[in-house]
Amino acid sequence: MRTLFFFFWNHRFLTLFLLLETVSLSLLLNSYSYQKSLTFNTINDFTGNMFELSSDISDYFLLKKQNDRLIDENTKLHNILSNIVHDTTADSLTGDTVYRYTGAKVISNSVNRRNNFIIVDKGANDGIEKEMAVVSDKGLAGIVIGVSPHYSIIMSMLHQNAVISARIKKNNQLVNVIWGTGNKELGKVEDIPSHINLSKGDTIVTSGNSLIFPPGIDIGTIEKYEADSLKNLNSAILRFSTDFNGLHWVYIIENRDKKEQQSLINRVTQ
Amino acid sequence: MNIYLKNGFRFVVLLLLQIFVFDGFSLYGFLIPYVYVAFILFLPFGISKSRLLLLGFFTGIIIDIFGNTLGLHAAATTLLAFARPGIINFFFGKMEFHENEQPGIAKLKFQGFLKYSVLLVFLHHFALIFLEVFSFRDIVARLEQVVLNTVYTVFVIFIIALLFPGKRNRY
Repeated sequence: MRTLFFFFWNHRFLTLFLLLETVSLSLLLNSYSYQKSLTFNTINDFTGNMFELSSDISDYFLLKKQNDRLIDENTKLHNILSNIVHDTTADSLTGDTVYRYTGAKVISNSVNRRNNFIIVDKGANDGIEKEMAVVSDKGLAGIVIGVSPHYSIIMSMLHQNAVISARIKKNNQLVNVIWGTGNKELGKVEDIPSHINLSKGDTIVTSGNSLIFPPGIDIGTIEKYEADSLKNLNSAILRFSTDFNGLHWVYIIENRDKKEQQSLINRVTQ
Repeated sequence: MNIYLKNGFRFVVLLLLQIFVFDGFSLYGFLIPYVYVAFILFLPFGISKSRLLLLGFFTGIIIDIFGNTLGLHAAATTLLAFARPGIINFFFGKMEFHENEQPGIAKLKFQGFLKYSVLLVFLHHFALIFLEVFSFRDIVARLEQVVLNTVYTVFVIFIIALLFPGKRNRY
């Protein structure tokens, strides 16, 4: 025992180094899986506050651009609304919707890392929970993975662990979308059945098969597709609808039926 | 200025700059100057090895908490702190230092500081980038990224070091 103690004491620099590396690496191991990142993230009100302060300063330089985008989106929504109002078969505009949208301001956002995160200024106190969907004005953006009372952290689509169940809009074929390219504008569509022919510009939307995303939300359009007849499943390059670099506002979507759907699935799979 | 105060001030300024400014200074979409490592590079020669390790770990953890990368920067910066005494001994073993002196351009000269910082920053970035991907796929592209990122980080550290040279022989 004494000898052992003296051994470590004589090599205390190396011992301390190995100890600190072990701590670091065991913390780091949690970031390689989606499930673990749900329970293991560092969002808190303190860091949230600091990011908000810093984004308040930089916001002054972006006001005009943000206004333009909000007006564009308003126009789009007005157009949709006018169609609904003139639709005589709809007898109500105020019916209960399954999906509830909450607008949130982006206070921190990265696009240049291997794993990117978005922090927004809405949190548990605003009814935000883990595993809610996040979309921009243009399309899919990410999934909430952690909340503090006033802030949430979102796993951006630009993340190694992000896998989204999707559909090819023109023929409803199921595929998966991952990031996989390292480029902030491009993603990868995987598991495309080989008999499917895709052409540039085809739209990929969320499938609605997960309990997180509503069906039909734009993910992106096909940029490049080369069918490989030898494989059963092909992949394609996709251009994201969302401009992740210019993300200033997002909507967080709550699926109100999620609990019921989840308990149904649990009952069936048990 | 008191040595603790000076390094404490440098610590706060470098971390704030890293978290709120330099993360936005990306080049080609994937190179980010990790300038905060300069805090460890500039710690005085006389610092104890254990304290150096603990400071490395602590610096990395703070960057991790803000970036939601828990363990990543801590692992890389601890490695940097571990390698520092050996590298100083290897390159500048014959040089005489006052224990409160810092390994800066004034002491090591331009070339000496370049060797010192390039080697340590390379080691840090190597660990950082490979731990982040956690695979040796595309190893050539990753190595390229490590090299380019090292050049970028060292370049920015040099700009800062030249802008704020401090007084010569200030202990």
